Amino acid sequence: MTGAEPLVRIRALRKSFGTHLVLDAVDLDVREGEVTVLLGPSGSGKSTLLRCVNHLERPDAGFVEVAGELVGYRHRCSRLHELGHRAINRQRARVGMVFQQFNLFPHLTVLDNIIEAPLAVRGVPRKQAEVRARELLARVGLAGREGAYPRQLSGGQQQRVAIARALAMEPQLLLFDEPTSALDPELVGEVLAVMRDLAESGMTMIVVTHEIGFAREVADTVVFLDGGRIIESGSPEDVLANPRHERARAFLAAVL
Amino acid sequence: MPSSDISAATARIPAAPEPPPPASAPRSTAAGPRATDEQVLSAKPVPLRRPGQWASALVLLVLFAMLVHTLLTNSRFQWGIVGTYFLNGSILHGLELTLWLTAAVMAAGYVLGIGVAAMRLSANPVLSSLSFGFVWLIRSVPLLVQLLFWYELASLYPQVSLGIPFGEAFVTFRTAHLFSGILAAFVGLTLDVAAFSSEIVRGGLLSVERGQTEAAQALGLGRLRIFRRIVLPQAMPAIVPASGNLLIGMLKATSIVSVIAVQDLLYSSQLIYNQNFEIIPLLLVATLWYVILTTLLSIGQFFVERHFARGTNRAARKGLWELFRGNVPLLGRTGTAQGDPI
Repeated sequence: MTGAEPLVRIRALRKSFGTHLVLDAVDLDVREGEVTVLLGPSGSGKSTLLRCVNHLERPDAGFVEVAGELVGYRHRCSRLHELGHRAINRQRARVGMVFQQFNLFPHLTVLDNIIEAPLAVRGVPRKQAEVRARELLARVGLAGREGAYPRQLSGGQQQRVAIARALAMEPQLLLFDEPTSALDPELVGEVLAVMRDLAESGMTMIVVTHEIGFAREVADTVVFLDGGRIIESGSPEDVLANPRHERARAFLAAVL
Repeated sequence: MPSSDISAATARIPAAPEPPPPASAPRSTAAGPRATDEQVLSAKPVPLRRPGQWASALVLLVLFAMLVHTLLTNSRFQWGIVGTYFLNGSILHGLELTLWLTAAVMAAGYVLGIGVAAMRLSANPVLSSLSFGFVWLIRSVPLLVQLLFWYELASLYPQVSLGIPFGEAFVTFRTAHLFSGILAAFVGLTLDVAAFSSEIVRGGLLSVERGQTEAAQALGLGRLRIFRRIVLPQAMPAIVPASGNLLIGMLKATSIVSVIAVQDLLYSSQLIYNQNFEIIPLLLVATLWYVILTTLLSIGQFFVERHFARGTNRAARKGLWELFRGNVPLLGRTGTAQGDPI
């Protein structure tokens, strides 16, 4: 298992917005079945790093590889050719993403939110997609809510629907971009419980979060970013209990 | 003690009015000594009175009654003649032309307008500036001038040819035969609708959060699917009201084609009054038809808006009748003015 090629390989990734360098030569491996938590102050590049993994951001240099395939580019004759929309969509379909603001489609019911992509992208028959969607809703604790519109649900329920929507594509990898930051404190627990359950079932996950407790209990690897660089990386015990870097120590002292 | 608390709490609900307190009670509280809790709890709430609203409503009602009165009693409106011509054959022909010209112009204009909006939002600077230029030009030129221009195109370009740009021509047309009044009207009005609708569509598309597109992209949905299934339906609540406005405006703006001798509803009635000099009654005939059509379109717009309000908080759950009553306070139980006792 440990000898196998990592599911995600990120090498020398660099990205800037204008003159602001957001990611500065980031290297990261994520093995299959592992949970990687990205920590760091806001503006440290965590979200941008996550968004590069499914090519929502285009890196300036370096590369991301998922399951041995370059993301967003084809390597040929010492050049990287950007892929067309169709090929990028095929790659994105294997990587699920959960957003801070949920981004459910407000004009579609919960059921239609979940089956939209399986129908349109994977060509699953409607009946089968609906059965699967109901299973997923039960799994995130929302059985029977398939007819509701997103606005009729609480934030925590919306985020759990968003997780079900991502799972409906049978992804190899799930990306979470601050999934609990927009929630009322009392609703955070229900979303983290679903994520913990997913982690235990062996889902590969990359999670940007400020929930240190979640990182400590669930993460296999904790990565600490600051100023676009990874300054700490290792098991939760090492990084959270004995941070070597001054910046990480200050951050953890502030959030704990 | 707890039982008396509960009874006090229920007394606060005005649905079951307490026996009215003695008339002297409120006066004595207003004067000086502080009222007991029981007195305050048993007092009946009286909403703020709004005499101004009622006075203005009365003034408007009197003015409205005067309008109805003069419409009915001024014999110079000649309602008899209006009735005679209301279903006249050439009026109905004009009505038909107005209807299909509006429909055709709106359909073609919106197809073009969506394209122009897409160009404007495109990352390609050439497309985006061409789109900007088109909208700028069409919106700058008065519609009347544009119509006359297309109608008189033959004097500017006696012939038009298809061929290699700046090179050889394969086919040549005489424009004098090409641009009849009706085609000039169609082209001019379509370009006008395209320019204005593109801005409406663009505004609607921009009103949809960026996160919606990103979530759809992250699921691997194709660009066309995202536009058709995710972005456009969410843009519709912003697009529909302005489009209803444009449609109703265009219904009446088609009457401008009378300047290039196209026999629409208005021009048909003008042709009749040029012969019998019954100017006012025939203008009323045309106006009544415009009123009827606008009413139908407004009702249609109401239902379209309600359809696209799905899943939003401001979903119009009210029926048409309720909405009507709500907007006519003197009839409505739902009107705000009704809540105030006189």
